[in-house]
Amino acid sequence: MTPDYFLLLLTGLPYTFAVTGGALLIGALFGFPLLLVRRSKVTILRWTAVMLIAVIRSIPPIVWIFLIFFSIGTGVFPISPLSAALVGFGLIATANMAEIYRGALIAVHHGQTEAAQALNLSPFHTMWDVILPQMVRVCLPVAATYAIGLLKDAAIASTIGVPDLTYQGRHITQMTLQGLSVMGSVGIIYVLISLPIAWIARVTEAHIRKTVSL
Amino acid sequence: MGATWSDVADWIEPLSRGFVLNLEITFITILLGFPGGFVLALLVERRSPWVRWPAMVIVEIGRGAPALVLLQFVYFGFPQIDLTLSSFASAIVALSVSTACYTSEIIRSGLAAVPKGQKEAAEALNFSSADSMRFVVFPQAAKISSPAMMGFSILILQSTTLCFTIALPEIASQAYEIGSTTFQYFPILSLTALFFIFVCVPASFLVGWFERRSEP
Repeated sequence: MTPDYFLLLLTGLPYTFAVTGGALLIGALFGFPLLLVRRSKVTILRWTAVMLIAVIRSIPPIVWIFLIFFSIGTGVFPISPLSAALVGFGLIATANMAEIYRGALIAVHHGQTEAAQALNLSPFHTMWDVILPQMVRVCLPVAATYAIGLLKDAAIASTIGVPDLTYQGRHITQMTLQGLSVMGSVGIIYVLISLPIAWIARVTEAHIRKTVSL
Repeated sequence: MGATWSDVADWIEPLSRGFVLNLEITFITILLGFPGGFVLALLVERRSPWVRWPAMVIVEIGRGAPALVLLQFVYFGFPQIDLTLSSFASAIVALSVSTACYTSEIIRSGLAAVPKGQKEAAEALNFSSADSMRFVVFPQAAKISSPAMMGFSILILQSTTLCFTIALPEIASQAYEIGSTTFQYFPILSLTALFFIFVCVPASFLVGWFERRSEP
């Protein structure tokens, strides 16, 4: 593979980061309200959230983004491949982040809630000042692992024409017929990207562990 | 515009044919990938660095590279060394390798969770190390890892749809083809989604139930 082709391959990186980062942001934001519905005292609401999460996670990502790109995209709202990928992976990330938040919430000892109640803190302050800071610490490593998984799932965006790393790899393979070295490099680049994410997760976790005791 | 019920009835047959292919690949991948994961788990635990390091590199690359990239690496890359595999064979090779690498970590933590005393007791009873693994450690580790392995099996079924990119006539390819000829993308893709909902939602609840039951 010539340097020119390698540079072309790297032009896919911003798209890979955009899909991964965008979807993660959407998931981190909307996952929290979904968690609150999932833990609602109203049975119907709670079960709706349980089913919603199960259904979102049951449909393969490729079917999700086809559904969004081809059916909505060819219909009333023309949608770009990148936005379709962001909506699709954002949806999947929302369901997964809600489950990650739920795991973290369970991990925070219930004595914390009781103590906050005993101190007459409002439900809002119990959540905001007591539970949430501890939740962040518990869910950061899990969320980082999920981010690495999402990075790899985001490669699926290449199937609807988002010009990401995988898309460029396939494109160059078709031009040079050197799939072994081209797709091999693509694979190695993904491994290299996930290494610093894992490292950042470890460092932030150590930092938060120092500032928030658990 | 709009699909009628008779359209939907016509689509069931090709989609089912595709879905059978997804199930076949899932089954073969489990059959090859799980034992592969066990072997990798043992190799990574070996004391000799000549065995341990190559195994660790394989696991890290297999887990770090997207399954989609592995698929295209095998399907588009192997012909470069005069090894042309059919899309079915490529799917089996790529997904089995990916599965072996992922499950090796699940199996490794399962093996580590078996109390040390079990192995020591087997040693005290003069078990060979192979017998101690086979009769004492492995059965307990298998029980510990089984919920995670079942959960991973669901993910394998979902990842078989990636074979769309290597022209395998599985369910996503069938749906895409019908969609591109009829322009009824929404109904056909929703129907495809239903296939997965029918299988994966009950399966994931079952796994959740197993997980809760196996917790002490």
